[in-house]
Amino acid sequence: MPAVQETIDQVRQIDVDQYKYGFETTVEMEKAPKGLSEDIIRFISAKKNEPDWMLEWRLGAYRRWLTLEEPAWARVNYPKIDFNDLYYYAAPKNQSGPMSIDDVDPEIIKTYEKLGIPLREQEILAGVQKSKVAVDAVFDSVSVVTTFKEELKKAGVIFMSISEAIREHPDLVKKYLGTVVPTTDNFYATLNSAVFTDGSFVFVPKGVRCPMELSTYFRINERDTGQFERTLIIAEEGAYVSYLEGCTAPQRDENQLHAAVVELVALDDAEIKYSTVQNWYPGDKDGKGGIYNFVTKRGDCRGKNSKISWTQVETGSAITWKYPSCILRGDNSRGEFYSIAVSNGHQQVDSGTKMIHLGKNTSSRIISKGIAAGVSQNTYRGQVSTHRKAENARNFTQCDSLLIGDRCGAHTVPYIEAKNSTSHFEHEATTSKISEDQLFYCLQRGIPEEAAIALIVNGFVKEVIQELPMEFAVEAQKLISISLEGSVG
Amino acid sequence: MLEIKNLHARIAEDGTEIIRGLNLTVRDGEVAAIMGPNGSGKSTLSYILAGREDYEVTEGDILYNGESILELDPSERAAKGIFLAFQYPIEIPGVATMQFLKVAMNEQRKARGEDELTTPDFMRRVKEAAAELQISPEMLRRPLNVGFSGGEKKRSEILQMALLEPRLCVLDETDSGLDIDALKIVADGVNALRSPDRSVVVITHYQRLLDYIVPDTVHVLYKGQIIKSGDKTLAHDLEANGYADIIEAAA
Ligand SMILES: Nc1ncnc2c1ncn2[C@@H]1O[C@H](COP(=O)(O)OP(=O)(O)OP(=O)(O)O)[C@@H](O)[C@H]1O
Ligand SMILES: [Mg+2]
Repeated sequence: MPAVQETIDQVRQIDVDQYKYGFETTVEMEKAPKGLSEDIIRFISAKKNEPDWMLEWRLGAYRRWLTLEEPAWARVNYPKIDFNDLYYYAAPKNQSGPMSIDDVDPEIIKTYEKLGIPLREQEILAGVQKSKVAVDAVFDSVSVVTTFKEELKKAGVIFMSISEAIREHPDLVKKYLGTVVPTTDNFYATLNSAVFTDGSFVFVPKGVRCPMELSTYFRINERDTGQFERTLIIAEEGAYVSYLEGCTAPQRDENQLHAAVVELVALDDAEIKYSTVQNWYPGDKDGKGGIYNFVTKRGDCRGKNSKISWTQVETGSAITWKYPSCILRGDNSRGEFYSIAVSNGHQQVDSGTKMIHLGKNTSSRIISKGIAAGVSQNTYRGQVSTHRKAENARNFTQCDSLLIGDRCGAHTVPYIEAKNSTSHFEHEATTSKISEDQLFYCLQRGIPEEAAIALIVNGFVKEVIQELPMEFAVEAQKLISISLEGSVG
Repeated sequence: MLEIKNLHARIAEDGTEIIRGLNLTVRDGEVAAIMGPNGSGKSTLSYILAGREDYEVTEGDILYNGESILELDPSERAAKGIFLAFQYPIEIPGVATMQFLKVAMNEQRKARGEDELTTPDFMRRVKEAAAELQISPEMLRRPLNVGFSGGEKKRSEILQMALLEPRLCVLDETDSGLDIDALKIVADGVNALRSPDRSVVVITHYQRLLDYIVPDTVHVLYKGQIIKSGDKTLAHDLEANGYADIIEAAA
C-alpha cells in the first residue's frame, strides 16, 4: 500500500539532525582580529562611532571581567572556552550599521527570507500576517535593517539598533544602560558589557501603547565568532510594548558562543511583554557543535503597578544558561515567567527565573514546562525572594517536567527565601513520563507515534503557548514538534 | 472479517502466557459477544487485536479480511479500520477532545491516502455524532477524558468510534459504569453503526447490555481460550447459572 510506504519513508527521514535553519550565507565579512584585549574593544567602539563615555564604560567592564571566574554552579558540562580564540566583531563588509533596505547585500535579505522573516516593508504588508510586526535584523555583530522605524516614530516609539541609539539618543541610553544588569553583575554579563556589538533599543514614552509588535531576529553566520547582543527596552509611565526575539545559526561542528544581556525597565503603570523563541543550532545527534547560550535577562518593575512578563520557548542551543528575572521594586508590581524548555539529543538546559520582591503587594507567577528527550539534561532553577519591606508579596510557581524515553533527565532546583511573614508562596512541581497507555491510546486511534508525541507534548505546554503573541504561537508549536523529532525509538 | 486461529500470546516482559490457543471467527456484519470471568483474558485479547506491544504472539495468527495483521503496528491497524473502545479510557491533559478527534480522523485519512477534512465538514460530523450521543459542545472543548465521569468517558469512546467509522469495533466493557439512560444512549449509538460490512465484538459481563445490543453469537472466554460458543440464548444461560457448569464441562 503506497500510504504505508510513505509513512515508512517519513519516519526514516526523521532524525535529530533535522535542524531546518542550518544553512550558511556567503557574504564578504569584515572582522576584528581574533582574541580579546583593550585594543579589540577600542576597535569595536570605533567601528560603531561611539562617544568616549561608551568606550570608557566598556573598558571598565573589561577590567572587571579580567578579575572574574567563570561560574560553575549550573548543571551543564562543556570544555573550557578559550576566550582568546574567538572573533568579537564580524559584520558584512561595507555595513557597520543599519541602512536602507536597498543598500543591504541581497544575500543577507535572502537569508532572512529563507528564515521566514521578510525585511521589505511592502512584502510584510502584502504577506499573510494579519498584524504588522516591526523587525530589527541582527546579522553577527551588526544590525542590518530595522523595519517600520518611521511609522513607529510617528507614535513616539523609538525602535532602532542599540549602536544607533548610543549615537542618536545618548541621554536615554546613559540614563538606563546597566541600571538593571550592572556591568559587575556576573561573568558573562560583564563580558557582554565590554564587547557587546548590537541588539535593539526600544523606548516607549509616557502613555503610549506601542502600535505594533516589535521583534529582533538574531542570526549568527560567521565561523568562530561570538555574538554579544545587548538589548534595552524602556516603557515609561503607562506605556505598553510587546517584543519578541528569534534566533538561529548555521549547522557547524564547532561550538559558538552567544552571550546576551537584556535589560527591561517599566515605570509606573507600564507593561512590557517579552517573548523569546530561541532556536539556535543545538548540535548534531552525537552532541557535536551547537551554540553555547549564556544569557542574562532581567526586568526592573521600577514603577508602581508595573508589569513585566517573560515568555520563552527554548528549543535550540547545545547549552542554555538563562534566567530571565524580575525585580519587583514598585508597589503592586507584577512579574511573570512562562517557559517551555525542550531538550533533545545531547542538549543541556539550565534555565529558570528569579523573582525578587522588594515592593509592597508585589506578585509573581512562574509556569515552567520542561521537556527532555534523547540523552539531554533539563534543569529548572528558580529563585523567589521577598525583602523585609515587601509586605503581602505573593508567588505562585508551577514546574512540570515531561520525560520522553529513559536516558534523559529533568531536575527542579527551587530556592525560596522569605524575609517577612506576610508573604505567601505556593509551589507545585510534577515530573511525568509520556505513559505507554497514552501513547497506545493515540496509536489505537490511528495517530502515528511522532504525531502522538507531538500531540501529547502540545497538550503539556498549552498553558504557556497561550501566553505567546498569536502570530508566534503556531510557529512555536511547530518548532516544538520538530525539536522532538527522532526522540522515540 | 476476523479470524483468530490457535492464538497463543504472552506478556512480553515476564513471559506469562495469557492467551492459550484461542480460536474465534467473526463474520462480516456479525455482532459477537465475549463473556467470561474476571482475569480470563478478555481485555488482553482486545489489546492484542489492536497491536499493543506489551504482548507477544508466540503461535497462531490473526486474519483481518483475510490478511494477517500481526506485523502491523497499532496505528496501521487503526487506519485499516480496527477500533477498540477501552475498558479504561486514558486521559490526555491539555488536548481538547475536539482537537484529538480532528488529529485522529485526519491521520487515518492520511494513512489511507485521502484528503484532510475541511474544518466545516469536520465540525458538521462532530456536531451530528455528538448530538446523537447527547454529548455537549462544552465537553468537546475539555481535555480528552480529563475529569470526565465514568459514563462520559464511555460515551466519548463511542463518539470516537462513530466518527472514525471503523470496520471492526471491539467494545471492552463499554457498559460498566453507565446508568440506565446512558446505557440506552450508548447501545443506540452502537446499533446505529451496525451494518453488513461492519462487525462488532462486545466484551461484557452482563446480559443487560445484550438486551439492547442483541448479539448474533456469544462466546465464553476462560483461561485464554474460547470454551463454548452459542447464540444469544447462551448469554441468558450464563446470567441464570453462572460459569461453573460450562467450565466443568470444558475441563
Ligand atoms: N501487562 C500485564 N502485566 C501483568 N499481568 C497482566 C498483564 N496483562 C494482563 N495480565 C493478567 O492477565 C490476566 C487477564 O487479564 P485481562 O485484563 O485480559 O482480564 P479480563 O478478562 O479483561 O478481566 P476483567 O473481566 O476483570 O476485565 C489477568 O490475570 C491479568 O492480571
Ligand atoms: Mg477486562
